[in-house]
Amino acid sequence: MTDSATAAPGGHDASGAPAGPRRTPLTSVHERLGASLTDFAGWLMPLRYGSETAEHNAVRTAAGLFDLSHMGEFAVTGDGAAAALDYALTGEPSALKPGRARYTMISAPDGGVIDDLIVYRLAEHEFLIVANAANAPVVGAALAGRAAGFDAAVRDRTDDYALIAIQGPRSAAILAPLTSADLAEVRYYAGYPAKVAGRDALLARTGYTGEDGFEIFAAPQDAEYLWAELSEAGAGDGLVPAGLAARDTLRLEAGMPLYGNELTADLTPYDAGLGRVVRLDKPGGFVGRDSLARRAQETPVRQLVGLTLQSRRVPRHGYTVLWDGEPAGVVTSGAPSPTLGVPIAMAYVRPEVAAAASDPDGAGTAVLAVDVRGRPEPATLVEMPFYRRPA
Amino acid sequence: MTVPGELYYTPEHEWVALSGSTASVGITDHAQKALGDVVFVSIPAAGTRVTSGEPCGEVESTKSVSDLYSPVDGEVTEVNPEIDDDPGLLNSDPYGAGWLFRVQLDDAEGEVPPGLLSSAEYTALTKEDQE
Repeated sequence: MTDSATAAPGGHDASGAPAGPRRTPLTSVHERLGASLTDFAGWLMPLRYGSETAEHNAVRTAAGLFDLSHMGEFAVTGDGAAAALDYALTGEPSALKPGRARYTMISAPDGGVIDDLIVYRLAEHEFLIVANAANAPVVGAALAGRAAGFDAAVRDRTDDYALIAIQGPRSAAILAPLTSADLAEVRYYAGYPAKVAGRDALLARTGYTGEDGFEIFAAPQDAEYLWAELSEAGAGDGLVPAGLAARDTLRLEAGMPLYGNELTADLTPYDAGLGRVVRLDKPGGFVGRDSLARRAQETPVRQLVGLTLQSRRVPRHGYTVLWDGEPAGVVTSGAPSPTLGVPIAMAYVRPEVAAAASDPDGAGTAVLAVDVRGRPEPATLVEMPFYRRPA
Repeated sequence: MTVPGELYYTPEHEWVALSGSTASVGITDHAQKALGDVVFVSIPAAGTRVTSGEPCGEVESTKSVSDLYSPVDGEVTEVNPEIDDDPGLLNSDPYGAGWLFRVQLDDAEGEVPPGLLSSAEYTALTKEDQE
């Protein structure tokens, strides 16, 4: 058997030699829990602790605990911080109230996506930007360069934060007794300083799973303590540690894009159907504005769609989408969906194919399919997200 | 990681149990751990001719898909009827209830088919993988 599509469990050097992937403040905990560890974006991360399907289902029905300390964090501070970020990012951080957060992107001058980000406004002149681990160096350099003309300082604070996420319908009930914050008052996409298990943290109601949940930014030396306290508090509620494998299927079911799959430097936010993150009309202009303004007017050449398959063979990243037997697009992410029980995928397809495939009268006899390793497997175009949590 | 001493192995992380002129085939504990949760297995039907080193099926897991290679030459006589309904058997019991198919060997002289590894050789190979 040859493993053809996944990273092998990452080799790591117990001596901590600098050539190996970086360890988070929680890597020793994962090792003690017997996790399968993998090199993810240069970090030694838990892929799964046992069954990733069980971890996925726990997050949908109870709660899961994630180590996300690999994510990049950048502090942007100073009287000109808001203006600098309005110029650097596609969104309008200056319009955020302190204590609020927003999903946003950073574009290259040609409009291509450098990364998707969450920006937290911690105070009037203090922001925290969270970037994907793989893109953190590029994002840091771009932020620093773009802030140079403003009264703003950019600092890489990745090493100053451990990031623990608790996600799932039981998250609030598990966290409430441990925190000084009144969770009923912490709205979705809010984030501000709070005590968690007596330790100083930044507590945010954000996540990447399609469930209610929280992300806790804490000092690295507090990480093991917080992980243990949360694990103990949640044990009776079905809380389990969950790895990156579950995180990927959770975000896919929730229709959330992953950088490197649905978002790349060759695509704009509009391609991914995320034009809402671009504020073309904000005052002062921003990097990529002219290209994005043109792109907003053009007829799209691709559209991001959701697919389900009846077969049990799974569409994967890079597989060709077929319309009437001819190439019509490409799969960006695919997995067997634990919640739906069938394979699901996101794919970029030609807009006319998306329109025809979603119109039961317009399709005629043409068949939408995915070329799964040489054999076309019929696919159905469905609205995303694949999964929406019960209200 | 479990590597039963009485079985033979391939570099593609499959195991072979020899019994007279019949070989039973499955994937190893190392393989199922690397794959994660198996969701679907395609196995050659009874009567199919298989050739050592040639692809004869595939294993789909949450994160990846892998080819199955036949470790021996012969004809498939039996496939595990439980696997289609419960592919998770490959994870829970890879050397037992998770067996995949049985082959009537072409060469029925009772010798070990060429190219197979002993448990010690396979253990050494997987150690190399991890370094």
